[in-house]
Amino acid sequence: MLGSGILKGLAETAKNFVGSYIDESGLTTIEYPDERQTLAENTRQFPFLVFDGDDAMKGLRCVSCQICEKECPPQCIFIVKSKDKKPDHVGKPQFYPATFDIDLSVCMSCQICVEVCPFEAIKMDTEFELSTSDRFGQLLLHKGQLAKPNSHFQEIHPTDAAVSDAALAADKAKAEAKAAADAKAKAEAGIPRPLASSPEAVTIPPALGPPNLPM
Amino acid sequence: MSVATESPAPRNYEVVPKTSPEGSELDGELLEVAMGPQHPSTHGVFRMDVVLDGETVVKLKPVFGYLHRNHEKIAENTSYLGSMPYTDRLDYFCSLTNNWAYALAVEKLAGLQVPERAEFIRVITAELTRLQNHTSVCGFLLQDMGALGTPLMYAFREREKILDLFESLTGARMMCNYMRFGGCRCDLPPGWLDRVRKIVGDFPQFLDSYEALLNTNEILLARTQGVGRLPRELAISAGVTGPMLRACGVDYDIRKVDHYGIYDRFEFRIPLGEQGDVYDRYMIRLLEIRESLKILQQALKEVPGGPIIDPKAKLRSFRPKVGEAYGRIEGPKGELGFYLISDGSPNPYRYRVRPPSLINLTILEDMCLGQSVADAVVTLGSVDIVLGEVDR
Ligand code: SF4
Ligand code: SF4
Repeated sequence: MLGSGILKGLAETAKNFVGSYIDESGLTTIEYPDERQTLAENTRQFPFLVFDGDDAMKGLRCVSCQICEKECPPQCIFIVKSKDKKPDHVGKPQFYPATFDIDLSVCMSCQICVEVCPFEAIKMDTEFELSTSDRFGQLLLHKGQLAKPNSHFQEIHPTDAAVSDAALAADKAKAEAKAAADAKAKAEAGIPRPLASSPEAVTIPPALGPPNLPM
Repeated sequence: MSVATESPAPRNYEVVPKTSPEGSELDGELLEVAMGPQHPSTHGVFRMDVVLDGETVVKLKPVFGYLHRNHEKIAENTSYLGSMPYTDRLDYFCSLTNNWAYALAVEKLAGLQVPERAEFIRVITAELTRLQNHTSVCGFLLQDMGALGTPLMYAFREREKILDLFESLTGARMMCNYMRFGGCRCDLPPGWLDRVRKIVGDFPQFLDSYEALLNTNEILLARTQGVGRLPRELAISAGVTGPMLRACGVDYDIRKVDHYGIYDRFEFRIPLGEQGDVYDRYMIRLLEIRESLKILQQALKEVPGGPIIDPKAKLRSFRPKVGEAYGRIEGPKGELGFYLISDGSPNPYRYRVRPPSLINLTILEDMCLGQSVADAVVTLGSVDIVLGEVDR
């Protein structure tokens, strides 16, 4: 019969329409912004810089090695390396970024900076409500706006943060053991030796491959 | 584009004859209409310059390039890894299959081995991509026919569930940037496979209701059967691939031809059409969804443990040896290939994409000539184009 196909289709839409009153799962939309979905743990939006301790500027993990700046595909990271060393440096390259800008209007949230950073210093944030009318004031983020504490990272990506914290703790233990051994050797030899703190002596987790630091 | 059979007179796009060639009853003038680049039916920034005799299409010129982003040259100036997120943005409906095709080409170039677990993850994500692409394409096609909203929204409802899976795996719904040379970026989150199993289990039910909604609908049948017919020989000689080619009855699926990845381990069939019209293209996609579900069910049974990336694969300072490679996969739209030439430096010397939708689009005129302008819209909808890929 002509039209039976249409009627069959209409029965299907009716089923969907009535079904949404009976079964909650039929309602697939939510009333944002009054209601919000919980974000998936892996969600990524834009990068931020992790710092340890209380002082954002002193505790930045970033050592200004500029790998992320080099690898970022759309080149939206801008770093100026400091002239002086970090006050708390121990045996690692301890410069800090005098300037660290990320242009969010260019960033494509690809996470490559996070993957290539050997120092667990840059991670992806989940904040997405960033719309603004001021392109340069609000979307060109500086070091101060990018710095967020490690506790924030632990909160938004607990699994990744646990892995990263464990890796850092292992690195630290290794560095301390090495420092102790060095100190012992030094005491035995009785000759003062220079601290291994040049930028060439970067210790990079072996899984990530050799460094290609810009000299 | 050359046609195997007798070739028609050369087409002259510059001059529009002012009267109809046959001198129709009304002696109407030909009308040149630019459909697009913002016409709602043209799937993005695409323009069809159609010359109409009354309602009949006498000429059609596809105009693209509005979304050109210089993709290939950018890739030649970025590291191999840096191009991966850009491939997401080719066919932004199917970023995971784009990732796979590119990774496949680089793996051939650098001689990397993909671990078993990563191969399974790749198959699962690629078939999920095919599911969501084909359902939404059917929705868009119906939208072009005037079924505003309903079929497309039903399709999007299901697509959203799959995109949620992608988000919890890769961090992004559409720009996944997930595959890496020699494997995948991160392992599956806990419980992910169970969520996939649930969606794969529920999908046939959705498909049944979707087919009940549409497949016997008289309007749909009248608008699609015999419309936009593509002859088999023409499809082959024009290099058309994917569901469009199979709708013409040509048994060609790269999953079966190349057995890339681990597709030789799964049992699935290739649906073939007969007429090569819009209806066949629509039905082929629905049938392919069912075959994809079969692949998914088989793959989900036996995902092995183990590493997800080749330990030889380096993230930074990745320099494949001098050589060239072509990696291709059966993307949801057709043969998606990446051709790379390496000169040993960190970025490719030449990087070329073979986008399926661009090549499928080149024969649009042959499918539309002599039909009414409304059918041209439906025919375009059945090609399944994404302008991000057409223009690059
Ligand atoms: S790669 Fe890491 S440590 Fe190096 S500059 Fe970037 S954020 Fe800082
Ligand atoms: S997420 Fe990607 S685009 Fe954004 S800063 Fe990091 S590397 Fe650059």
